[in-house]
Amino acid sequence: MGVVVVAWVTLYALNLSFWDWLVFDVVGLDPESRLGSGVHFFFFDTVKIALLLVGIIFVVTVLRSFMSVERTRALLGGKRQGLGNVLAAGLGVITPFCSCSAVPAFIGFVAAGVPVGVTLSFLIASPLVNEVAIALLFGLFGLGPALLYIGAGLVIAVVAGLLLGRMRPERWVEPFVFETRLGGQVIDSSVGLTWDDRIQMGVEEVGSILRKIWPYLLVGIGLGAAIHGWAPEDVFARYAGPGNPLAVPLAVLIGVPLYSNAAGILPLVEALHDKGLPMGTLLAFMMAVVALSLPELILLRRVLKPRLIATFVVVVAVGIIAVGYLFNALL
Amino acid sequence: MIIKVLGPGCANCVNLERVTREAVAELGIDATVEKVTDFAAIVGYGVMRTPGLVVDENVVLSGRVPTARQVKEILAPLAG
Repeated sequence: MGVVVVAWVTLYALNLSFWDWLVFDVVGLDPESRLGSGVHFFFFDTVKIALLLVGIIFVVTVLRSFMSVERTRALLGGKRQGLGNVLAAGLGVITPFCSCSAVPAFIGFVAAGVPVGVTLSFLIASPLVNEVAIALLFGLFGLGPALLYIGAGLVIAVVAGLLLGRMRPERWVEPFVFETRLGGQVIDSSVGLTWDDRIQMGVEEVGSILRKIWPYLLVGIGLGAAIHGWAPEDVFARYAGPGNPLAVPLAVLIGVPLYSNAAGILPLVEALHDKGLPMGTLLAFMMAVVALSLPELILLRRVLKPRLIATFVVVVAVGIIAVGYLFNALL
Repeated sequence: MIIKVLGPGCANCVNLERVTREAVAELGIDATVEKVTDFAAIVGYGVMRTPGLVVDENVVLSGRVPTARQVKEILAPLAG
């Protein structure tokens, strides 16, 4: 374990000088040229992002192995609107959960008596505040934007869940959900694990996430490198910069139907930020891409009527737009 | 022994079914492997993270895809 940590830190520290040396000194590309800066950006960023992902996914998985969906449901049972939404959003961030399990979790929560609005706070926070995005924001932009992102995601999840809870959403839930009997013995996957088990889970999770996201990552970094090296300085800033008041809603409108994950979006965000786009617009774009994904909405159709799905999308999208404007004003 | 693979048909569920069949074949036990895709039935077993594995109506695993070796370790003592 110690050896791995030392190797990680060494690689991370040497990454920039290695690519400086290889791309500019050995291959002889000009750092000022488009090709040189594009190629350098691509390799340097790929390695940096890969290292950050490996490190953060591992740490987060080990920490999350102390939580489980079962434990979260037990904590939320009997909670009312309000406090319940706050708790649900917080638990959505720290509970190990994949949106592919959104439907069974929804049924399990609601059948156990967790209010629909509170359950929705959990389901919004879980993909919205994403550990991969936190890792990359921290690595590429520093602690401030990463913390703002976490805070904004939590606020959106709490407020959206509260609003939806006020609309009597129960009438828009498929009736079989309320008739489902919870049977069987609940297995709490967070108990009875040794540290070896947890570390093993961390290693497996790093492998499975990297296998899943590497195509997105390469496309994202490739596009980022192209923008970095070739796009004229002022093109993006002119159309989507601080001068355009509609830039934030436009970014969200573009982001909602796009289906990628944080790993594919962040390299683009970094390149666009270098070209002068404001952070709020970019964060809103990223949140729209990761939080609202068509495959998850199609899955949720099994338990939610179209009316609630549509309302859900609108409420979350409006929340993201509000956060985008706020960040543009603050940063 | 009746083994049920719980999952709506996602990639993880397909993988779990595959490793389960491998494990059953390698152990040479007499077992039928069934799939449960109905969400209400899945949650009825108390499983909220798919895929899940149920042996003779007892949940033995949920929320992750094990290796064939891990499934063998789970099944071997239950085969009796």
